[in-house]
Amino acid sequence: MLTRRSLVTAGAGLALTSSGAFRASAAGIDLPAALPEGARSNAVLDSLPGKKPLIKLSYRPPNYETPLEYFRTAITPNDAFFVRYHLSNIPEVDIKTWKIVVGGEGANGQAEFTFDDLKRLPAAELVAVNMCSGNRRGLFQPHVPGVEWSYGAMGCARWKGARLKDLLDKVGLKKEAIEIVFDGADSGVTDKTPDFIKSIPTWKAIEDTTLVAYEMNGAPLPHLNGFPARLIVPGWTGTYWMKHLTSIKPVTKPESGFWMNPAYRIPLGKFPLVARFTSQETAVNTPITEMVVNSLITNPTDGANVKMGPITVGGIAWDGGYGISTVEVSNDGGKTWVPATLGEDLGRFAFRTFSYNLSPKARGKQTVMARAINKIGQTQTTELIHNPAGYHHNVVHSVTFNVA
Amino acid sequence: MRTLIIALAAALIAIPAVAQEKPVELKKAPGLDKVEGNCSGCHSLDYIVMNSPYPNATLWDAEVTKMIKAFGAPISDADAKVIADYLKKNYGS
Repeated sequence: MLTRRSLVTAGAGLALTSSGAFRASAAGIDLPAALPEGARSNAVLDSLPGKKPLIKLSYRPPNYETPLEYFRTAITPNDAFFVRYHLSNIPEVDIKTWKIVVGGEGANGQAEFTFDDLKRLPAAELVAVNMCSGNRRGLFQPHVPGVEWSYGAMGCARWKGARLKDLLDKVGLKKEAIEIVFDGADSGVTDKTPDFIKSIPTWKAIEDTTLVAYEMNGAPLPHLNGFPARLIVPGWTGTYWMKHLTSIKPVTKPESGFWMNPAYRIPLGKFPLVARFTSQETAVNTPITEMVVNSLITNPTDGANVKMGPITVGGIAWDGGYGISTVEVSNDGGKTWVPATLGEDLGRFAFRTFSYNLSPKARGKQTVMARAINKIGQTQTTELIHNPAGYHHNVVHSVTFNVA
Repeated sequence: MRTLIIALAAALIAIPAVAQEKPVELKKAPGLDKVEGNCSGCHSLDYIVMNSPYPNATLWDAEVTKMIKAFGAPISDADAKVIADYLKKNYGS
């Protein structure tokens, strides 16, 4: 193993030799004023290999968010899809030697799947939102520590892969198997750093929509989005969507690693969630599960100057997989709300676009707000539900622009 | 030197994201050498800038403790104190 000192020295050498290849610019980033001052000053547009310029929050591990302009369509392009890692050791996976090992004390047997094995299983396809649990953490007041994301730690893609339950069927689950545990090829720099290991309840793992995906929008997964295969857990936040998947382990006892507890916890009873992860619940908190209903206005942008005349207010809405039923728009500070027109329905896990034609009556500053309502009647909050880790920010989005 | 070459080669293989990394310049103040020497082995220093200047002294202490206790950073007690003091003075509220 590397010593810390030699790694630091090596890191410094690399930074020097690579500085010429650095491509970044502070121009063109328009981040919300609500972010921590340091988050705003620190962010730059930067291109990772195979990616368009994204908003860099941290270089190593790489945490890059998608600029707002890419959310004007329901599908987010692969080369603009956000990048989120917890740990810095991210190996390029060799597809010839890569395999997923399925087995453990909650399984009747063990099996290995190569990339070709995976592709030979019946293929399933669905469109689903992948959103970091901490998306919009940077907007929390008071601020909480972590990656200080703005609106762009999310994306929506068409995923193709094998159903997880088909892999599990090959080994057979014991009836006591309560969770399925996942590991990927990435790891920490020192072996003392807890490896990023996550579990989901067996009921969620065996749903038809939980996939081991090897295609994203018709192409192989980009390296930094989990090549060659990642877990797709539609409706649930990105923390469970294990990248570079290498291990699937059914267990009869709750997974107890750092990344399940204390990490990724929400206080019990604060959020109107349906999906529960009961084997992990404590008296005070529970793992984050499904996404809360949410929406984002993508046109006009905050602070924009627009010409007097009709304006198309546009955006996207999504939830934890119940489906969007209505998006409403207000231009009087939330006193009255008018239904927007919904765009194409790409399925209950996808971004749903919306639009609303607004005709401003006067010049000057105007504010529009949008709120989504899902098919089980949940809607967004007007006040932040504060929690220590900065999750589930679904405060109604408000955009102020100038009509000239 | 041999150690360095091996480490360099290993780092190139293990951490491709590093190749994109621009050095992050933190405020020049007492303790910066300990911050650079201890923190940047596992993560880029923009994590500090991004999480500033809102943390109070208690929060910066908690973050340093988290890096050692939860993430296993091999930082001595003496260095941990210097690092926490630097963060509080230069990136705290």
